[in-house]
Parts: sequence; C-alpha cells; structure tokens
Amino acid sequence: MMQAPDLPTWAAIIVGLLVLGGAALTLVGALGLIRLPGFYARVHATTLGATAGMAAILLGSMLCFSIIQTRPVVHEILIALFVTLTTPVTLILLARAAIYRDRSEKASRVSSDGGAEREE
Amino acid sequence: MKRLVPFPLLALALFAMWILLTGFSPGHVLLGALVALIVSRTMLSLRPEPPRVRIGWAMVRLAGLVLADIVRSNMAVAKIILSNPPDRHAGFIELPTDLRSPYALAVLALIITATPGSLWVQHDANRHVILIHVLDLVDETEWVTQIRERYERLLMEIFE
Repeated sequence: MMQAPDLPTWAAIIVGLLVLGGAALTLVGALGLIRLPGFYARVHATTLGATAGMAAILLGSMLCFSIIQTRPVVHEILIALFVTLTTPVTLILLARAAIYRDRSEKASRVSSDGGAEREE
Repeated sequence: MKRLVPFPLLALALFAMWILLTGFSPGHVLLGALVALIVSRTMLSLRPEPPRVRIGWAMVRLAGLVLADIVRSNMAVAKIILSNPPDRHAGFIELPTDLRSPYALAVLALIITATPGSLWVQHDANRHVILIHVLDLVDETEWVTQIRERYERLLMEIFE
C-alpha cells in the first residue's frame, strides 16, 4: 500500500495546492470575523470556510486517497453535503436571533440602509 | 409500491449514503437496502407534505449555477475582508417572491445563505417577502432581479 509521501509529484503538487488554498480561504474567513464590524457582516465571513474552503480541502483529500488506494474514494462528498446542508440552518437561526434582539432593543423597523445593524 | 416505499427519494439517498460509507459489497447492498427501507418509513410519523419534485435538467443547471456563484462570491468576500479598511456597504434587501412550496423556499434559503455575501434572515409568509442581508450592497434592484432570474425561475421549474 502506498503512503502519502509516495504520491507522484504532479499529484502531490495538486493536492498540496488544494489543501493549502482551502486552508488559506478558511483563514481569510476567520480573519473576517475579526475585521468586519457588526454581527451581520461577520456571518458572511464564516461561510468562506464552510463553502469553498471545505470544498478545496475535500477535493485534495479525495484526490490524494484515490491515488494512494488506486480506486475512486468519493465518500468525502457526504461531508460536503452535510456541511452545506447544516451550516446555513445554524446561520439562519443566529441571524433570526440577532434580528429579534435588534428589533426588541430598538423597536425600529429594519431599513434597507442597514439601520438595524449594530456597529461596534 | 407506494405503501412499501413511501419516500423513494429519501430511501435512495439513504441507500447511496450507506454504500458510500461502507463500500460496495453484496452484504452491504442488502443491509443498506434494508436500512433505507426501514429508516425512510420513520418519516411517515412526521406526515410531511408530499414534495412534488421534477427531476430534470433544471436541477443540474441550478447546481452548476450555485457552484459557480459560490466560487465567485468567495473571491469577492475574500477581497472585501482583505482590503484595508474592509470596504463594504452592507444592507438589507427585501425580495418579493413567487415561491410558495416550502421545499423550494428551503432550498432557496440554503442557496442564499451558503453563498458568502448574502444571508437569508427572514421569510414573511403573509406578504411573501424574504429579508436578505447583503455584505456588498451596491444596487438593491439588481440583487432582486438577479436572485429572481437566476434561482427563482429554476426553483419554480423544479418544485411548482
């Protein structure tokens, strides 16, 4: 059985780029949590890691193990499916909690210029 | 057949998941089929409204569209975060929608929230208006027409 260091060079480069790229995108998303002001803006930053970041890392993993085991390894698709289905549910719940808080605190309607947004 | 497998799509999905997780062998095909049949029947006690799903090209086109949009908006949001200071004009938009099927609305909620840069906040079932928070809001009407033309039309084709 092949181990990860035995990957052919071309595959190692692609896998490395995919995993590093995914990790970088997730890091940018985490930075966004710090840099962006206000709750609603921060929610957008976290989706970077949950979408393209996750997809790139999973693609790298699928490619790596498919070559090592010389058969298609695709069950990572399930991870992508479940992360994609469950993350928005949590985010929508958080957003609803936030808008409920904003509305009850300010008792103002949400205007299209983001009037209900809390800037810190 | 309808009595034996009340939710064929769910049963099929469970079966596919079982095979993906355990690997393909005759024993697991049998066991997976058994699990899919029994577990999908537990949905009966929830009495969900039967979904009307039209399987066809609209699904493939929607999936492709969403994938492309997710990649594109990932880049856009990453650029906003890394620019100094974070350059954005965030705001809420109200999207009037023609979708009525709860399944279509659920899928639209997943699409909008999974795409970085837009967040589904609330759906007003009486006025049929969806409240969406957008990170980089330049033109409200452009967002509304884009979501309506890109996603809503395809969702209508699939679900209604």
